[in-house]
This record gives sequence, C-alpha cells and structure tokens, in this order.
Amino acid sequence: MSTQVIMPQLGESVVEGTVTKWLKKEGETIQEFESLLEVNTDKVDSEIPSPAAGTLLKILVPEGTTVRAGTVIAWIGQPGEVLPDSPAPVDLHAAPAGRPAAVAQPHPAGMATGRDRDLGFISPVVARLAREHQVDLYQVKGTGEGGRITKKDVLAHLSAGETAPHSTPEPAAWETPGEGDLFRPTELQFAGGHPDTAPAHPAPAAVPPATPPVAQSDPRAAARSASPAPVPLAGGRLVPLSTMRKAIAEHMVMSKHTSPHVSTIMEADLSRVVAHRQANKAEFERSGSNLTFTAYFVAAAAAALRAFPLVNSSWTDQGVWIHGPINIGMATALGDEGLIVPVIKQADNLSLLGLARSINDLAARARAHRLQPDEVRDGTFTITNHGIGGSLFAMPVINQPQCAILGVGTIKKRPVVVEGDAIAVRPMVYLSLTFDHRILDGSSGDGFLAKIVEVLEQWT
Amino acid sequence: MAEITLVEAVRQAMDEEMARDERVFVVGEDVGIRGGVFRATVGLYDKYGPSRVIDSPLAELSIVGVGIGAALYGMRPICEIQFSDFIYPAYNQIVSEAAKMCYRSNGEWTVPMVIRAPYGGGIGGGLYHSQSPEAMFAQVPGLKVVIPSNPHDAKGLLKAAVRDPNPVIFFEPKKGYRLIKGEVPDDDYITPIGPARISRPGSDVSVFAYGMMHHYALQAAEKVAAEGIDAEVVDLRTLYPVDRQTILESVQRTGKALIVHEANLTGGYGAEIAATIVEGAFADLDAPVRRLTGPDVPGVPFSHPLQEWFMPNVEKIAEAIRQLSKW
Repeated sequence: MSTQVIMPQLGESVVEGTVTKWLKKEGETIQEFESLLEVNTDKVDSEIPSPAAGTLLKILVPEGTTVRAGTVIAWIGQPGEVLPDSPAPVDLHAAPAGRPAAVAQPHPAGMATGRDRDLGFISPVVARLAREHQVDLYQVKGTGEGGRITKKDVLAHLSAGETAPHSTPEPAAWETPGEGDLFRPTELQFAGGHPDTAPAHPAPAAVPPATPPVAQSDPRAAARSASPAPVPLAGGRLVPLSTMRKAIAEHMVMSKHTSPHVSTIMEADLSRVVAHRQANKAEFERSGSNLTFTAYFVAAAAAALRAFPLVNSSWTDQGVWIHGPINIGMATALGDEGLIVPVIKQADNLSLLGLARSINDLAARARAHRLQPDEVRDGTFTITNHGIGGSLFAMPVINQPQCAILGVGTIKKRPVVVEGDAIAVRPMVYLSLTFDHRILDGSSGDGFLAKIVEVLEQWT
Repeated sequence: MAEITLVEAVRQAMDEEMARDERVFVVGEDVGIRGGVFRATVGLYDKYGPSRVIDSPLAELSIVGVGIGAALYGMRPICEIQFSDFIYPAYNQIVSEAAKMCYRSNGEWTVPMVIRAPYGGGIGGGLYHSQSPEAMFAQVPGLKVVIPSNPHDAKGLLKAAVRDPNPVIFFEPKKGYRLIKGEVPDDDYITPIGPARISRPGSDVSVFAYGMMHHYALQAAEKVAAEGIDAEVVDLRTLYPVDRQTILESVQRTGKALIVHEANLTGGYGAEIAATIVEGAFADLDAPVRRLTGPDVPGVPFSHPLQEWFMPNVEKIAEAIRQLSKW
C-alpha cells in the first residue's frame, strides 16, 4: 500500500510551497518522520518529514517547482508497487486518512530539538546545552557526520567564547533594537542586486585567462544566467545564489517593474519621543521588553495608516483594495544572507509595550531562522530602518503588493530653528516615504507622511 | 598478588569458601573425580571428599532441584551446569522455585544457592556449547545474575555469591577461562554483587559490556585510542540488579553509548541498558544508543567462518566505536 506525500500547508494563509530540495532520491529507502524534502514558502524554509517508512517510489514535483498545498508531490511504498495514474488532490481541511496529517503539521515554533534545514539533526544534549548556555547553534561549526553539530562542537564553541567574548558592534546612539542589528541601510541590503545601482553596461571586456584556476567556477554557468553576463575576469569568483538571495532579487525587480515609485522626505523632531523613551525604558525593561525607537515608528505609522486608509492598500486591476487589518512589516537584516520582513499583525491594536514585545520577538526569531511561514505574510505596509547604519535618508523599494514603504534615517542631534527664531539642538530624523504613484499622488503621500511626523513630534 | 587464569580464580573461590564454611558443597556433572570438564573443580574432590563434591547424573533439573532442597535445609550449594546451554531443563526449578521461594514464604525461607554455568561462543562449540542465555534470567526478580570478566572479579563475586542469601546465577565466560589472566589478592576478599565498574575511563563514547565482550571491549578501546578516540568502558559485572547510576553517569559524561553482548539482539540484555539510558539520560544523548550483538539466528554456528560472522570481536567493537564517535 503506497502512501502519498502531499505539499503541506505550512501556515493558515500559506496556500503554496516550492520544493527546494529532495533529500532522498527515487528508489532510496526512508524511515517514517525522516526528513524527505525541503519546502520554501516565501523566504521561510521548512524540512518536511516522511509520512511513512518505505521506498521513495516516485517524485512528482521536481526541485524548484511551486505547487499548491495539498498537491501530491511523491509516493512512498514498497519497490515494485503499481502507483495510481492520477492522484486525487488532497483536501487539507478534510480529515486526512492515515499519516498525511503528520505532514501537514508545520514545525513547532522555537523548538530547540528536532530537525532543521541548516542545522541538521540536533541531538538531545546539543539542544539542552544550547538552551542552558544560550548558544546560537547557527554560529557553531558542525564536525559530526554530514556536518551535524555534536556535543563536542557546542562545548568547543562555548570554551572559545570564554576566551574571545562576542563583540557586539556599538549600536547607534538612538537605536538598540535587540542586539543592535535590526535594520541596515537599503544600500547594504541591496548591494549589487539593486536594479538602480546595477551598472548599465557590463564591465569593459578583458581577455579572459586562458586557463582559469581550477577552483574558479565554470564561466559557462554564469553565461547561462538570464542577466547580462559579466565577462569573467581573472581572480574573481562566483557566489552561488541562495534561495533567499534569489527571492530578494526577483522581488526587487518585480517591484520596480510593477509600481511607479515616488519618494518624499520629511524630517521630524524627536525630542518628545526621546524624552518618553528615556522615562519609560527602565520600566519596559522590568517587564522584559527592550523599548526601541522602532516601536515608536511602528506606532506612528499605524496611527497614520488609520488616518489614511488609502495608504494601507494594494493596487488591483479592478480597483484599489483597502486592507482591513493594519499589518506592518519590519525589514530585518540577516547579514550577508539577505533580509526578511516579519510582520506585526494588527499593529494598530497593540500598545507601545505590545509593539516593543512583538518587535523584540520577531527580530530575535528572524535572526535565528525560526519564523513561521505565516509570520512573513499579509503585510500591508513596511518600515525599513536604514538609519542604524548611519544613513540619513534612502529611497526604499516597495514591498509588493503593498502601496508604500517608510524609510527611517539615523537620529542625529542637529541645530534647528525653533519658535521665536531661536536655534536649538534637537534630535532629528529624516523620514522617507516611497509610494505607488498609481494609488497615491504627491499630496496624499505627503499628507500621510506629515501625519507620521505629527504623531512623533506630539508624542505623549 | 599472583597472576592466575579466570578458571583458576573460580576454583580458588570455591576451595576457599568450602574451607571457610562446611555447609558449602559442589554438585554437578563430572565435577568430582574428573575435576570438571573445564577443570574448575580440580582437586576439590580429593580435598573435601565425595559427600561435598558430588558427581551428579546428566540431569540439570535434579542438580538444581537438589540444590534448592539442600539450601532450604541450611546448606550452601554450588550447582555447576556444565554448559549454560544445558540449563533449560532446570529453568522451571530456577524460576518457579528458587526465585520465588523467599517472596512466597514471606521471607521465612530463602535459597542461598549458586548456579555456575560457563556461557558464550567463539570456542568452536556449535549450537549446544556456545549459548548466552543471560537475558532469560536477568528478567526474573528473585534471582541475581552475575557475569565476571576477569580473575579478580570472578573470585570476589563468586565468594560473594556463595555468601549471598539469594539464588545467584553465575555465568562464566568459558572462552576466557584460560585466555583472561590477572592478578588476584592473596587474602580473603569479596567483590560486592551489584556495582558496575568503570574499567577504562574515557570521554568520547561509553561502551557497556560484561564477560568476554568486556575483555574485547577493553582491547577495542585501546585500539581506537591510537586513533584519537577516547572510549570509556564499563564492566557491568552484575546484570540483575543492574547498577543504573554508573551507567547513567557514564552517558552523562560521554553522550554516546554502545552496548556489546554476544547473545542475540532481539530481547537481549542490551535492550534493557538502552532503555535505561534513554529514560534516565535522554537530555545527555548526543547520538542514538547502539547495540553490537550476536545476530538473531537460533545458535552460534559450528562452521568457523560462520562463527566469526556471529561473534562480536575486537575489530567489530572498534568499528562500532569509530562509527559512534564520528556520528
């Protein structure tokens, strides 16, 4: 009796998934619950356990293909079994027969044990040590079979950490979200991949080396890519695209092709916000929350979105769809890996404390690759806080299919002219709003941004 | 301290206990005039006479039955089963009578009896002279099950078994009778029944074994030590009651466990150790618990190549340690 493997629904709103990698080949045997394949939904990867023990008889969906949840993607059974010709689609909401229910379950969030795409099998003792010593296992080099992280690896990592304490980069004076790396300038995020900054013409041709070094990637592989092929120069190297890099690249190009981007910039005096944060920071800390400036910007954006529902929208050919909930995404940098945008759902319903908690939690889990697929979906507006890197203002790219994105620059004390023509020193920030000109015109965009400025400057 | 063989340690233990306590006597096939087929009772007949060294008929049921009766009347019998393969006719006496006597008489009657039985393969003995039936006894409350791995423990544990008020099944690794030599104190001593012994401390993998396999496990540990793998070897010594604390503490240090026995895999004693580890040290495990055992076939084959295939040996244990170490 063969068993269907179906594309699981990895979250309530996730309707499809991409097979990124089959971990078993056809004909190989597999144990029940052993990892069978990796599935990517948006930018979140999940490893899918096998629903049954047996032989992987047939792979129906090749790597790189996106299918709807419920699609039969493989068959497991005994060698020589005859498979049904056209597998019936599985209704995930009906009571599943037999094992597929186990497949449909997303991985439990935040579990330190179990399997994970990047980390491999985490043994009980590794999980315990990581929990007890707060070890980020992504920082631990695995030397076990297949790169598994062993107990010794964790202990070596811990003893190395004692001699060379983890150096955290000094956070900008105004911002300490989580560990200080919450947001990074868009220039860094999109370095090289940003359509605007990509060179219009390939680098001047040079004579390629007659015999490229062995370690160099095959230049023909580069030549096959869709983009204008750079001429391989001696001494260069090819960095293979990660799933995340590809997703970012595709999304950025798609966004620039989709919406006519217009940006507008205002500045805000953050005296009251700074004072409020100073007065409440300790109290937030006592309740276990790190009160970041990000929380204020999200709160201000939520208030402005409530006042200007048109900004909380998406363009459709039938009309502008005004979203009901206000779900604010916050771009979170993951270093060289890329960036991900976890979403604070119903941000307008959260207090400042609730926002701070949500931001801390999402940022920490984003960096630990522990976001659920649902948590990066259904955003209706996005904030990118490029000021952390010192950027004054930037022109972010819209996170489709949203209408607008807010860029937050660095908070800097500047001499400003205040009432009575006096010059005063004030903590100032530049806010940039990039919006879809199909939906908003300059005046409505400015009105929305002015509302954010007003909320921040009048903060009580 | 003199270096003696394991079988000589067994002989000395019986000799000394018979000298110490006149209630102690030996009964079994060919234990008297012949001195035992493995020479474990050699000299005892001449020293203590036919009333204390009794040549029995070829009937294991009666050897054990006589022992139980004598024990109930205050004697201290040492019953020898010539090969543990022949113990099954006596199984009913051991399980239904000896093991239950104390419990069913509410402690009024005990059976202070030792049943010695050479066990194990690798000696070209074929199906009926190679068996390792320890698991069948280690799951019977009311019995104690002891398997020594060296002369020191063989002597000390056998003396402790003779003095124990309960029936003790004493399995002796016959392949090691003359192969395994070691120093034994000259004075009277006992090795307590119960505690396991860490015979080789290490940090990478815990190897649990007993009897002949413990002897091989030590050699395997030395072999892989040359390759940079630091294996800890634990000699269980007593299978029932088992020393869970030492087992768990070892796994807590190493995170990896290998259990070796020559008895077959399914329902074997290793399963009990594996379950003990998973229940008591789950959060300390860094790898699946592994068992290296004889295969699930009805007996140790007589053909030499097939016997080699059946028996765990130094190289097989070393390879299992390597696999677990790099996992």
